[in-house]
Amino acid sequence: MTRYILQRLALLPLLMVVYSFVIFVIIQAPPGDFLTAYVATLASSGSSISQEQIEAWRAQYGLDQPMIVQYWLWVKHLLHGNFGLSLEYQRPNAELIGEQIGLTLALALFSFVLTWAIAIPAGIYSATHPRSLGDHVLTVINYVGVATPNFMLALILMWVAFAYFDLSVTGLYSPEYADAPWSWAKLADLMAHLWLPALVLGIAGTARLSRVMRANLLDELNKPYVVTARAKGMKEWRLVLRYPVRLAFNPLISTIGWYLPMLFSGSLIVATVMNLPNIGPLLLRALVNQDMYLAGGILLIYSFLTIVGTLLSDILLALADPRIRVEG
Amino acid sequence: MTAIDPLLSVRDLRVSFALDEGLVRAVDGTSFDVLSGQVLGVVGESGCGKSVTMRAILQLVERPGRITHGAIRFRRDDGIVDLAQLEPRGAAMREIRGGEIALIPQEPMAAFSPVHTVGEQIIEAILLHSHRWQAGRALSRREARDITVGLFRDVGISMPEQRVDAYSWQLSGGLRQRAMIAMALSCKPRLLIADEPTTAIDVTTQAQVLALLRDLQARYDTAIIFITHDLGVIAQMASYVVVMYLGRVMEEGPVDDIFHAPKHPYTQALLRSIPSLHGKTRVALPVISGALPHPFNRPTGCPFHPRCPDAMDRCSAAVPKPMPVAANQLASCFLHHDEAEP
Repeated sequence: MTRYILQRLALLPLLMVVYSFVIFVIIQAPPGDFLTAYVATLASSGSSISQEQIEAWRAQYGLDQPMIVQYWLWVKHLLHGNFGLSLEYQRPNAELIGEQIGLTLALALFSFVLTWAIAIPAGIYSATHPRSLGDHVLTVINYVGVATPNFMLALILMWVAFAYFDLSVTGLYSPEYADAPWSWAKLADLMAHLWLPALVLGIAGTARLSRVMRANLLDELNKPYVVTARAKGMKEWRLVLRYPVRLAFNPLISTIGWYLPMLFSGSLIVATVMNLPNIGPLLLRALVNQDMYLAGGILLIYSFLTIVGTLLSDILLALADPRIRVEG
Repeated sequence: MTAIDPLLSVRDLRVSFALDEGLVRAVDGTSFDVLSGQVLGVVGESGCGKSVTMRAILQLVERPGRITHGAIRFRRDDGIVDLAQLEPRGAAMREIRGGEIALIPQEPMAAFSPVHTVGEQIIEAILLHSHRWQAGRALSRREARDITVGLFRDVGISMPEQRVDAYSWQLSGGLRQRAMIAMALSCKPRLLIADEPTTAIDVTTQAQVLALLRDLQARYDTAIIFITHDLGVIAQMASYVVVMYLGRVMEEGPVDDIFHAPKHPYTQALLRSIPSLHGKTRVALPVISGALPHPFNRPTGCPFHPRCPDAMDRCSAAVPKPMPVAANQLASCFLHHDEAEP
């Protein structure tokens, strides 16, 4: 097991090199660069800038170099822990990402906990009461949840909240707290705003997870070991939780690691629609403006977390399932 | 018919499954007795209702199945209790299940949870019924573990201390079935239901497991209901035999009488289809003509009459009652008596 983990860790740097190159190439792929986008923005607002000034900047940021040289410069800085400067904001990228990360994490963790806390009990109930009224009701809710795109749900909820309850649910703070220093009142205000985006972000995942849990558990409930446990005289709910639920849960453990990159990135479309101050809109803006070092930095952290998350899942699964632990 | 009170007495048991396609009467008026310390063999083709009958005794019939009629009287220290009247998930039934009546299931491969050690699963059973080992006080985990190691030794598992911590998939088929037997015996049951315990394992191991069961039965004086479709196994194990067909008892009697003087045409046909060492080779084995009827189309009258070589007009009109046909033998057949079920 230890050997397996070490092997996977040894592979990590190689994967990161490949990812960083692919990310860089893709970000570079659209025609033009940050400065052409910048000039276009200026032109649309009526002001202009001299050609010499642009060329000077282009030289300063190394944008006149061939792509491979630019890539090398970027990687060299990354190796020193330097994520570079955002061209648009003229501030270090690490700082920009750092400002958003706290709320991104809070939002994502909240929706993760909400997803699992609702989906697992709902799945267990559905599987242990198949074809009951409760099961049918949950099934319908789940289908709607899976089938509705979450940005659509976000728009509908925002409209309902605004039109019927006179609530503004965009953003994470009420206007009076937006720039206020941290206080208990601000935290309470944050929590009051957090649950709706968390629910919107989590609803499709909740529906999918509870369907998977239901299907897994239904399979497990028909296994002979359940009859064995019943024949021992165990209490039904205890038996269900101890044996089939435990086994039905294993396939889900392998997906827990996928949440790690999601925790970091936030949901781009939903966050943009709901005007949430997390990494999602930051990445979108960086991509639109060809602020390539900021976009590259975000995507690179995202890739890193994906790899680590997958590894983490594998380790968790091995801990939970002796069939993998002993043979692996 | 017996002077002694039976340990278990099943009377006119009916179990049906309400499926979308219709009602399947899997057990349709089955009656038999089990005496203390007796090994009762139950034989019949696949789908004849033997397993469902045993599930019914343990109140483990799964939905949409339901016990619709009949009594399952079980003798305990404090009197006789009708298991058919108990709540399947209630405390009284759980007390008996695993404690006084234990099950050895059909497939040892899948009968243990793969993510818990076999020891853990047996210890759990012991702790659930710990008063059967120690009156007045609950056993500790440590004590339950020691009992498990002792049981493993009793059922012939070598290195029991290590095997207790093994997972079921680390054990061979024979060892798994031995561990299953250890689990069934873990609470000193009065009655053991062995549901085709040797079907899924190879012949050599099968012989060892049968020898083990015989030995344990003699040592603990546990009554065993032994279900199988293998008449050879019945001949080795049982002292009394019940022959079932389509959820009804066709014939019952002491093992020697059933094998040497079968009365019911179905029993006779079953016995004819056993290959013999002394018979002519290269001759087709006699088979029972026709096929097992579809469960939704139960024949009227005697369930066996469409396949019976001796069927008479009356057989399709009335259901024959099990009646004495010899000293200790009952048969449900109009060839031997005229009594029909009401």
